[in-house]
Amino acid sequence: MTMRRDECLRLLARHVPEEIVVAVYSAAFDWVNIRPHVLNYFSVGAMGLATSHALGLALGLPARRIIVLDGDGSLLMNLGSLVTVANAAPKNFIHFVCENGTYEANGVHPIPGRGRVSFAGLARAAGYAKVYSLSELPELELAIEEILAADGPVFVNLKLIPGEKAVPDYDALYAASRRAAFRAAIAAL
Amino acid sequence: MSSDVHSTGPDPATIAPVGADIIAAIKAAGVRHVMSVPDIVTSNGILFPLASDADVRLVRVCKEDEGVGICAGLSYCRQRAILLMQHTGLLDSINAMRAVAVEYALPIVMMVGLLEKEPGVLPTDSRRYGVRIVQPILDAMGIRHVLIETQVDVGEVQAAIEAAYAQSKPVVILFGRRPTA
Repeated sequence: MTMRRDECLRLLARHVPEEIVVAVYSAAFDWVNIRPHVLNYFSVGAMGLATSHALGLALGLPARRIIVLDGDGSLLMNLGSLVTVANAAPKNFIHFVCENGTYEANGVHPIPGRGRVSFAGLARAAGYAKVYSLSELPELELAIEEILAADGPVFVNLKLIPGEKAVPDYDALYAASRRAAFRAAIAAL
Repeated sequence: MSSDVHSTGPDPATIAPVGADIIAAIKAAGVRHVMSVPDIVTSNGILFPLASDADVRLVRVCKEDEGVGICAGLSYCRQRAILLMQHTGLLDSINAMRAVAVEYALPIVMMVGLLEKEPGVLPTDSRRYGVRIVQPILDAMGIRHVLIETQVDVGEVQAAIEAAYAQSKPVVILFGRRPTA
């Protein structure tokens, strides 16, 4: 496994310049630097709730593609949301999970089941419409257009290593001004 | 002019809340999305009718805090929602409520059945510990709450939802008694 998160996100950013993106923790810190945009949504409030906020956005804006940049530890905290999302079946929902096997933002401790749990298997069993598991950047490059064109909910497990890390600034990421700007941007769509 | 005409119907101040009136109030407040983990207090009177109501979309969630997140996402899209659950689910969702509803000041509307609360007894006087602590916890969190115990109280439902959205603040509507189907 040689795929780096920052490289994955740079690749993704080239394909989704204007989409609504819900991102958490380390992926969020990378993403806000790679693709600074008013339609980035970071204030999920509680670990694990990215999929839930994104489902609300997907139901509220069915004509817009909603992209989630989740973490493996985060998803483990809200595994039932896989079933909820699959059952609600939003076609505009694309769920990337950055699997680094650790709680990277909390001391790099290993997640339970590291290396044994299959996130793609969980998503498939939950009923996601399309499921990918990728561990090399060329694979992502090849698949990205198909991923973004597919009817959702789509699940993309990215097995990766952190790569070049951004400096975490929680206050800036969760600023009330960012939420207000997001709300205004949604209203203007 | 005096009148000796008396209503022969039951006193609304003593009868159980009517589910159809609660649903009418929810709809009148503009709610079109319902998130729920089933709760036996509100099951027959509210959830079953809503599940077959073409005017609302029901999203069945696996755990109550998911509903907090979904309602938040919908609120950014100017769409109104409620989260229907039992008080045990509310207790399980406190961290999500703390962050998403209170700190982010979002209009999260929670409708909560107080399982096994004794009829006519204030929640804070209940013999059930889990029921007794609900209102003090909400007070400590600064979350407004209203109690629906009888049909007279149903009039508060629409106003509570509308106030939550007007002020962008959470509200918890507690059901102390099973609404009738």
